[in-house]
Amino acid sequence: MALILFFVFAIAAVLSGICVAFSPFGNNPVYSAIALIMTLFFLACEFVLLHATFIAVLQILVYAGAIMVLFTFVIMLLNLSKEEIGEERLTLTKVVGLVVVLIGLTYQIGRVIWAHKVAPVTLHLTDGGPSNPAFGTIQDVGVKLFQDFLVPFEVTSILLLVAIVGAVVLAKRKI
Amino acid sequence: MDGYSALLVVTFLVVGLAVTMLVLNLLLGPKNPSAIKSEPFECGQVQITSPRQRFSVKFYLIAIVFIVFDIEVVFLIPWAVLYRWFLTQPSWAVLAFTEMLVFLGILGLGLAYFWKRRGLEWD
Repeated sequence: MALILFFVFAIAAVLSGICVAFSPFGNNPVYSAIALIMTLFFLACEFVLLHATFIAVLQILVYAGAIMVLFTFVIMLLNLSKEEIGEERLTLTKVVGLVVVLIGLTYQIGRVIWAHKVAPVTLHLTDGGPSNPAFGTIQDVGVKLFQDFLVPFEVTSILLLVAIVGAVVLAKRKI
Repeated sequence: MDGYSALLVVTFLVVGLAVTMLVLNLLLGPKNPSAIKSEPFECGQVQITSPRQRFSVKFYLIAIVFIVFDIEVVFLIPWAVLYRWFLTQPSWAVLAFTEMLVFLGILGLGLAYFWKRRGLEWD
């Protein structure tokens, strides 16, 4: 059951990911943003299947909620019309990007095939789940965060402080 | 996981209901499109301006700071859930309180800076 759901969500995530780049409904960037929300949602479903329930909630709360707000704001700030975007042209950057992606993809596929040849992987179809039944819950993550990973947690606050200062410096330069 | 299988059933029911209603509407509903029906309208009034207007860049700063404090809340949730449990652990009780105090203090510093640089004011 979990395996079937994994593939359903994985295919849905990849399909909506493709829709981000090639929207079937038109060239409107808002459609791409909505497709990206779908991708993030299906990734959250995958997190649930991995028993990482707290991370799944955060995925929706932070990524699909907060980060997508930023994306949508960029779309609405620019709000380019079709004339401003102009004709799509094949630039050198795009060709180089495509070549790099293809090389990377071939390399990764080759590595997987090579690894399979060296040591054949058997697929574990039964999902036993984690040994600790509380794994991935908010309590479990909290204990890890506030006891084992105390220093990274505090350093995160400095990272967020840097984010605030950076945003103010960039956006309020004139004052 | 068990609670999530119920959620899955509800999701299927909701999506199924929505799709059924849309498909039935598509199949049974009359469709007589005309040029005047396809025109965009605004509360029945004739449209005066384009709805595609640019947002002020000021929203962007607010959005970034919103994300920062959103993530702060994300860290607060597990702490709040676990706080009573921390208090039952004598060795962790003080630390659990101070660590969040330090975290909030550093982010409070950020808020103070943002406030001082007039980030909260619109003009």
